[in-house]
Amino acid sequence: MESRIQKQARPDSMLLNMGPSHPAMHGTFRIMLELDGERIVNAECEIGYLHRGFEKTCENKTYFNLLPYTDRLNYVSPQINNLGYCMTMEKMLGVGVPERAQLIRVLMGELSRVSDHLTCIAAMAMENGAFTVFLYMMKAREFLWDVIEFTTGSRMTTSYIRIGGVRADLAAGWRETVAKGVLETRRVLKDVHGLLDGNQIFLNRTRGLAAISKEDALSYGWTGPCLRSTGVLYDVRKAHPYLLYDRLQFDVPLGEYGDNFDRYMVRMKEMEQSLRLIEQVAALIPDAAPRVQAEGLEPAEAIRRGRLENPRRPVRLSPNLEGSEKDVYPQILTADAPVAVPAKEDTYTTMEGLISHFLFFMKGHGIRPPRGDVYFSVEGGNGELGYYVVSDGTDRPYRLHLRAPCFHLVSALEGLIKGRFVADVIPTFGSMNMIGGELDR
Amino acid sequence: MSGFDFLTTRFDTALGWARKFSLFHYPFVTACCGMEYMSAACAHFDLDRFGAGWTRFTPRQADMLLVVGTVSHKLAPVLRTVYEQMMEPKWVVAFGACAVSGGIYQNYAAVQGIDRIIPVDIYIPGCPPRPEMVLDGLLKLQEKIQTQGQDWRWRKKT
Amino acid sequence: MEKEDLIEALRARFPAEVEAYAESYGDQTLVVRREALRPLMTALKAAPFDYALLLDATCVDFLASESRLEMVYHLYSLSRNRRLRIKASLPGDNPVVDSLVGLWKNADWLEREVFDMFGVAFMGHPDLRRILMYEGFEGHPLRKSYPWRKEQPRIPLKD
Repeated sequence: MESRIQKQARPDSMLLNMGPSHPAMHGTFRIMLELDGERIVNAECEIGYLHRGFEKTCENKTYFNLLPYTDRLNYVSPQINNLGYCMTMEKMLGVGVPERAQLIRVLMGELSRVSDHLTCIAAMAMENGAFTVFLYMMKAREFLWDVIEFTTGSRMTTSYIRIGGVRADLAAGWRETVAKGVLETRRVLKDVHGLLDGNQIFLNRTRGLAAISKEDALSYGWTGPCLRSTGVLYDVRKAHPYLLYDRLQFDVPLGEYGDNFDRYMVRMKEMEQSLRLIEQVAALIPDAAPRVQAEGLEPAEAIRRGRLENPRRPVRLSPNLEGSEKDVYPQILTADAPVAVPAKEDTYTTMEGLISHFLFFMKGHGIRPPRGDVYFSVEGGNGELGYYVVSDGTDRPYRLHLRAPCFHLVSALEGLIKGRFVADVIPTFGSMNMIGGELDR
Repeated sequence: MSGFDFLTTRFDTALGWARKFSLFHYPFVTACCGMEYMSAACAHFDLDRFGAGWTRFTPRQADMLLVVGTVSHKLAPVLRTVYEQMMEPKWVVAFGACAVSGGIYQNYAAVQGIDRIIPVDIYIPGCPPRPEMVLDGLLKLQEKIQTQGQDWRWRKKT
Repeated sequence: MEKEDLIEALRARFPAEVEAYAESYGDQTLVVRREALRPLMTALKAAPFDYALLLDATCVDFLASESRLEMVYHLYSLSRNRRLRIKASLPGDNPVVDSLVGLWKNADWLEREVFDMFGVAFMGHPDLRRILMYEGFEGHPLRKSYPWRKEQPRIPLKD
């Protein structure tokens, strides 16, 4: 099979293939270059190596079931994908979300955003030779992932943000963990600013390279930090505020030239703003009332007793996910409509609870939005992450489409690297933060 | 002659010891598991303390192929090529549920486990596996390398 | 209200082409005829509508129920902070529509993806070929008629 670049190439130029399995290709991405010495005459990008059939799979799963698939789209900031999907469904179903759950969502979203930017800068710096930056930022990411893990049970792909709220309340002692995470991340950011901002090698490789104008960036459909690095102020959190972003104070950093260095700097400054948001939200979340650790029945015992009488004593749940007890439910999940899994205490002990649990999961029942279509977007790590859902009234989406921000970013890559050296491909591609799960879906 | 067997087993043990503590891996990273691979390789959960720290970014210099993440049908020939570029002795670790068995993606696009393409030595399940699981898998691989008969004559694997 | 004024202005300019206007869940949607897509988009990109960003271009398969494919475009105007959805129906036996490559550069890859996944042909597209699937893949995966689990391996698989 001859690719386009092979057909168009001059007879005396060299063809070089980078990827799809390549250390700097951030996953799987293929760039075919036509070279004249070191200078790139023509470039062709090939994507699709991580196409996993997300949209087709979503047509065959119920609205609740497909939540883990959304985690694995932009896998460096998984909760933001969850959030986008859940808010799209909440818009369609017309349910509200309790305030505590909204605050927790903002906290998790900003933690994910910081992880996203940390990973992007770390990978970009490592590929340019700054291995220390990579190690430092991965260390900071571990502290942030601690916060996520203690609450949700998983470090990365959490499926924590659910339609109607969140899965469980924050873990006990979350304030210390968040404070530690923010402190460590600030230390690392200070170190990285010192290592890279004035570093002549880094500046030579990023300053003035792959600059893009505002008009071009808009024409390519760029959003997010890459668009803001050209000077265009468009942040979905400010333009169409969702959750509680209109009540929180944060700035949106802008760049000037739209080159690699500006994309790096905008991400660094956005991390500081996200940390600011995390601190504000942590101050706003009230302490949960101390839960009375009454002795409870074991679930098996409660089921057995439930056959004889209605046990009025609390049921002790398995310690797998604390924070999802029934008394916490009103704060973390909406009661507007049956869009959330019923509390386990009800499921195990009452007939109505069991029936409602069964109906939630049974094929043909569960979440069934009215016919129609809806589009909603949130600010992802790469830009506007939008979900377009078409419903035909059944329990499965008729069509679910993801507006992937990095699809548009990467479509501009061929134009940006033409005329540059081979070595310039690396910082350019690294500064765009291509995430395969989102690009190929 | 029994003395000869004693010498070859001693030699096997020594060679196994040397090989298991100097693994050079080639990370064939595709998807979400790559993030946990990065965590496992970095300072918090260090791969280097097991001797497997040095990432060789070319298969020709590596002896462990770490297939991290989902392999799609589009990528399958590339994986086969990379595997064939590696020299003996080589081991393959399937990292993550998608590499082990296709994971949650049972559809037209994903290969249902990389053992349909290349032979696999260690399977590390998880979606994504915790770094501790990765280290456990690595230890199992080291045990396997130590105890398997060392092919110090060239012998082609299927 | 600003919203209605501009939509009215648009409908006044293109009376025959705009088939319907709807608002669902707060999203404005225009249903247009496919022949009018390019002139309408050109007008929408220019002042005063000023939809500078083509956010998304995708397709929905209604072949089984209504024998049509429906192209769905999402536009965004930065200066007016407004979103707009444009829908155009394509007949199932001849799903061809004008390409928007001259207007927005990301239409190139977006349309390649719709071609790959649904089989819609775009007239005027410089290089219409598959983007997510590989050459040799038969069929268009996101069509309802394509079986979800039908794999087409590129190299012979074991077991």
